[in-house]
Amino acid sequence: MNEMQFLTWVRGQGLDLAVSLFLLGVLWRLLEIYGLGRKKDLTAPRHASGASGWHTVFRRSLPAESMLKKSPVTYIAGYTFHLGLGLVVFLFAPHIKLIQSLTGLHWPGLPSQFIDLIAIVTIAAMVVVLADRISKPVKRFISTFEDWFTWLVTFLPLLTGWLAVRHLLLPYTSMLAVHILCVEILLIVLPFTKLFHAFTVFGSRWYNGTVNGHKGVVV
Amino acid sequence: MHGPLIETLARQGVTRRTFMKYCATLASMMALPPAAGRAMAEAMAAAPSASKRPSVIWLPFQECTGCTESITRSHSPTLEGLIFDVISLDYQETLMAAAGHQAEEALHAAMKANEGKYLLIVDGSIPLGLDGAYSCIGGKSNLETLKEVAKGAAAIVAMGSCAAYGGLPRANPNPTGAVSVADIIKDKPIINIPGCPPIPVVMTGVLAHFLTFGSLPELDKLGRPKAFYGETIHDRCYRRPFYDQGKFAKTFDDEGARNGWCLFELGCKGPITHNACATVKWNGGTSWPVESGHGCLGCSEPDFWDGGGFYKALSMPANPLKMVAGAAAVGVAVGVATSVLNRGKKGAARAAHEKTTLADLEK
Repeated sequence: MNEMQFLTWVRGQGLDLAVSLFLLGVLWRLLEIYGLGRKKDLTAPRHASGASGWHTVFRRSLPAESMLKKSPVTYIAGYTFHLGLGLVVFLFAPHIKLIQSLTGLHWPGLPSQFIDLIAIVTIAAMVVVLADRISKPVKRFISTFEDWFTWLVTFLPLLTGWLAVRHLLLPYTSMLAVHILCVEILLIVLPFTKLFHAFTVFGSRWYNGTVNGHKGVVV
Repeated sequence: MHGPLIETLARQGVTRRTFMKYCATLASMMALPPAAGRAMAEAMAAAPSASKRPSVIWLPFQECTGCTESITRSHSPTLEGLIFDVISLDYQETLMAAAGHQAEEALHAAMKANEGKYLLIVDGSIPLGLDGAYSCIGGKSNLETLKEVAKGAAAIVAMGSCAAYGGLPRANPNPTGAVSVADIIKDKPIINIPGCPPIPVVMTGVLAHFLTFGSLPELDKLGRPKAFYGETIHDRCYRRPFYDQGKFAKTFDDEGARNGWCLFELGCKGPITHNACATVKWNGGTSWPVESGHGCLGCSEPDFWDGGGFYKALSMPANPLKMVAGAAAVGVAVGVATSVLNRGKKGAARAAHEKTTLADLEK
């Protein structure tokens, strides 16, 4: 298989397989999680529960009081890489073109120099987050294989994409193919690991907020 | 500087100075040091009389003659064409006056007279299907001819994407079993000059290099001269700033297209194509595909024909996603089945639940 065949495979059958497994996994897990249902709480609500749910969705996006000072790396690097990842994935013109061809939705992108800068910052933030996980004994202790693995599958698409654009390490054709392959691995892994929080994060926050509100914990 | 070539050129109204400038340009295009231009000029000017000029044999296999058209016509009658005055093109079916047995004789005479010294140019792919019956010349399959002629060659130039990679004949499903020259010949230096067709100056540049230094220029891992195939179209494209600014033509007739914006979204394969079109241009430097408003097809890359479509952006799926609908249905089915199973478990647990009474606790 030469470079071109490799690229055509990852753009063709590979993408088909990855997107299919991604959709399969996402639908399966969403139905499973939300299909579980919750036992009805028969107690009289101590506080109007609805607003609490929505409030929590927003509030937990902000650091809890005094926590930012206690563990600044987790928060700042964490925010940076999440935001950066979102910008790079959804505002780089070739990515938008892919999303458009798959879903028909499209929007204006950012100039590639901005994307390049954001990518560098995001890569740096991810490296910092990893270094923090390694250097802090508690974090290291509670880390499982899944934590290291999901970091890697998130980091590789970002790194290979940036290397491809910058023409580093491998010829562009090969690096582009490797980049797409890494994204496909991420797509396949996402529904079945903790990375699924991309889909469940707001749902679970809303649920927690609602339950707490019902119990009288006003948030 | 004197020699048969200089005299020939003078007769055609080309001054020595123009010739020197041409050689200097050729050398700079190939990223050679300035002195190389002079060395080239001297080597070519000193080329001996017609009988001793380096022999070149040009074999056409499964091809469309586009490569020959490109070399002979597009730059004629500029200096590009005159470079043929320094070689002895002993066999070229399209250009030679001889035909049939006479042509075959010319081929064999050239092979015999220049054993081990001639340069072999091949254009077209070699079919291996049906024992090579898909393409025969003088009753011999292309495979036989190639092996026979390659044996005595000093070096082989695979001209065009067909000879270099199998090209269009090799496109899926490759009905003739087409392969490239390098797939068959393993014991000779081979230089690939891919393109459909290749740029004329690349051909003449390589010839000049071979004549001057007696060796092939530096090649990349696909066997292409780095001087011409070292950079991608995208990196040398004059529309590149628009790519970086995110300005794309969405159709061939929109405002973006009229403003000359980037053609990436219209399927341009410039980012993965290594060739010199963006710098050397075509038709004597007149224009090139992207300048004329069409994206690059990637014709100097292997399997460009099977790259998922000329009008699909590189970041778009190469083929329609066929499994997605099925996979989504399976996902929903598995999700629903798991939910039903979980509900069943919960129901069973509820049913099996025994109430604890005071009496139980006092036991």
